[in-house]
Amino acid sequence: MNELYILFGLMIIGAIAAIEMEDLLSSVISVSAVGLGLSMAFLVLKAPDMAFTQLIVEILCLIILIRATIKKDLPFSTSGRWILNTTITIFFIVVFLGAVSLALMELPEFGHPLMKVGEIYLRDGFAQTGATNLVAAILQDYRAYDRLGEVAVLFVSFIGVLAILRREGRVSAAESKKDLI
Amino acid sequence: MKKIKEPGMSVIVKTVARLVARVMLLFGFYVVLHGQVTHGGGFAGGVVMALVFILIMLAYGKEGALRTFSRTGALTTAGIGLILLVAIAFTGYWRGHFFANFLGQGWPFEFWSAGVIPFLNIAIGLVVLGSLYGIFAALTHFHSEEEEKQ
Repeated sequence: MNELYILFGLMIIGAIAAIEMEDLLSSVISVSAVGLGLSMAFLVLKAPDMAFTQLIVEILCLIILIRATIKKDLPFSTSGRWILNTTITIFFIVVFLGAVSLALMELPEFGHPLMKVGEIYLRDGFAQTGATNLVAAILQDYRAYDRLGEVAVLFVSFIGVLAILRREGRVSAAESKKDLI
Repeated sequence: MKKIKEPGMSVIVKTVARLVARVMLLFGFYVVLHGQVTHGGGFAGGVVMALVFILIMLAYGKEGALRTFSRTGALTTAGIGLILLVAIAFTGYWRGHFFANFLGQGWPFEFWSAGVIPFLNIAIGLVVLGSLYGIFAALTHFHSEEEEKQ
């Protein structure tokens, strides 16, 4: 459990840094550190599917937030030092391809998964919940937290649409702009 | 003949929508209520029920749909569903742990089986119905307001 406490400590430090940071970009990166720590915590707690989901969502959010916080485009130089740049690029491509091929070697064979959770669902799902629809048993009983989260996201998105598209806010904003002019 | 511009689509679409809407709503109820026995469940049934009102809105125009199911009604429906979901979860907490299945399992393939899952399905269906229809109604309303300005 020690690595879990280290991860939680890092996540708390990242969250505090995200609040205290003056620069917007730095605080975005601190928040992303919290999310990556959470995905590693899922991995330590033996929930790799949640870890993958968290990692993908985190990277997407990070890219969108960085794009939103940077005002001007990133500098992209095309002239000078091209030998060094190309060498570094090829080096990293080779390193990542080697790492990926090593990781693929370690994968279990098709049809022999390491995850034993699905087996337990299939064997005991009916006996434990009494639902003949096993999908409902998993979604509404074993994974009820997930379901609550999904439904809450839907509800919050509805309220968000109502708040963004409400008439009063837009009208008053237009009027205040008129006042300024 | 004088052409009167009515909101919505043609007579054929309106007649078919009027005939089909109640059957679709019944099917949505069926899918929600039998989620623990057959395929489907709260989310799928809620989407079917929301599509009924979206169909009415497409066929009869914004006013007709908002007369049958207003935006406040959609918000209330979604809110009641979410409150029901959290209430079931906390009742389970009182009987053991969060989201505990505190009702009896019943007989397999019967309607009253799987304890708390049917009620969770109903709650999820209400939230999905209200939210999906509400988002569609809000976006349509916004669009028509922009057209009125021009």
